[in-house]
Amino acid sequence: MKVQLIDYGMGNLGSVKTAVGLLGFNADIVSMPKSIESADKLILPGVGSFNDAMVELKDHGWIDAIEEHVIVKQKPILGICLGMQLLASHGEEGGTTQGLNLIPGVVKHLRDLGCGERIPHVGWNDTYVKNNSSLFFKIPSGNDFFYVHSYGFIPANSIHVSSVVNYDQEIVASVESNNVFGTQFHPEKSSKAGLQLLKNFLDF
Amino acid sequence: MLKVRIIPTLLWKNFGLVKGVSFESWRRVGTVLPAIKVYNSRDVDELFLLDISANQDLYDLDYDSINDFSNYCFVPFSVGGGIRSLDQIRKLLRVGADKISLNSVIYENPSLIDEAAKKFGTQCIVGSIDVKLVNGNYVCFSHSGTRLTKSEPVSLARELQDRGVGEILITSIDKDGTMEGYDIDLIKKITENVNVPVIASGGAGNYEHMCSAILDGGASAVAAASIFHFTEQTPMEAKTFLQSKGIPVRLTYKD
Repeated sequence: MKVQLIDYGMGNLGSVKTAVGLLGFNADIVSMPKSIESADKLILPGVGSFNDAMVELKDHGWIDAIEEHVIVKQKPILGICLGMQLLASHGEEGGTTQGLNLIPGVVKHLRDLGCGERIPHVGWNDTYVKNNSSLFFKIPSGNDFFYVHSYGFIPANSIHVSSVVNYDQEIVASVESNNVFGTQFHPEKSSKAGLQLLKNFLDF
Repeated sequence: MLKVRIIPTLLWKNFGLVKGVSFESWRRVGTVLPAIKVYNSRDVDELFLLDISANQDLYDLDYDSINDFSNYCFVPFSVGGGIRSLDQIRKLLRVGADKISLNSVIYENPSLIDEAAKKFGTQCIVGSIDVKLVNGNYVCFSHSGTRLTKSEPVSLARELQDRGVGEILITSIDKDGTMEGYDIDLIKKITENVNVPVIASGGAGNYEHMCSAILDGGASAVAAASIFHFTEQTPMEAKTFLQSKGIPVRLTYKD
């Protein structure tokens, strides 16, 4: 199985590659959209701002490639942190920007979602499984995962929410829609539960 | 509920791990990789690696070593020391760092923070402030505590927040390595004046000190080094203690 990490110049790619490696798979870091022809699974990592990330994806020709391989060829994709937010229809970070639109919804600042706590939301927080989740197979509800983010994803359809976390407000922790997956937390940095979640994605 | 984090700090100088008192009298306490392996196997909340040789020698950062370290670290890994450019930050994120801690460059070129926060996101930029009491006033020091600056910590912390850091690491040079307890007044001043999470550092000698930094100081996380290097106390025991005081902590993975 070929796992590819989409490199658009902004991810914490090293961490994700290492975690996938520990599960017995080699993840190639790819910076040319053409390379994903041969991919079986795609991971879209990301730290950075929504607007900058979309500009980078567009400039490097990723948007059409992702559409072709994820929507047409139905290859599984996992967006992590900003990578999950980019799956949305649009985001409000750095001005309203169109997203990849793989899962309908918007990305808003936590303050605008009513969160009165310190922002960013940084640290380990217990995460509760909702709906049927492939990502959380063998992972009990209420486990801690590691978060670092200031924005939250609100899917248009709550059926796409597969887990939630509470930080003053209920925040979407992961999304799932057929072959499209996203986690707000960092599974590659969430110790054993995180590795199990990555394994579940790779097994999908 | 969000958990309070306990963060072992590793100070990396030339080829080994060191720990000093008030940023001086460095003692060798081992090598980096075995320490990271141990902390990772014990499932700590997060690790900080601060390269304190980088500043003094003006070499570029040792990306290869950091790559080796991050290969054994499956919890959040923050790296600091001698970082002065966007390119260095990009390379560090590429070799497995999750967060970048900036210190001396805050005084030399503060606009790097704005650029880094915009490019890589506020959440991966940590502003690190080293503070000493001089004639009864808190003053910031750069270059691993060797250079006096004109900055005062509260206004600097506010400025860093405005420029886009996602967290502030506040270290008392006076308390560092003494194991006499954190500078609670200093921590409180910072936590009361910023909205980003604050990591308390410098002075932890027992679990009660950590409790105080959190409950009295308002810290979101506590960093500590000597307590783990020189005593039998462990991050896991610390969490059990904090939990008994009603502080939310992350215990362990429930299978």
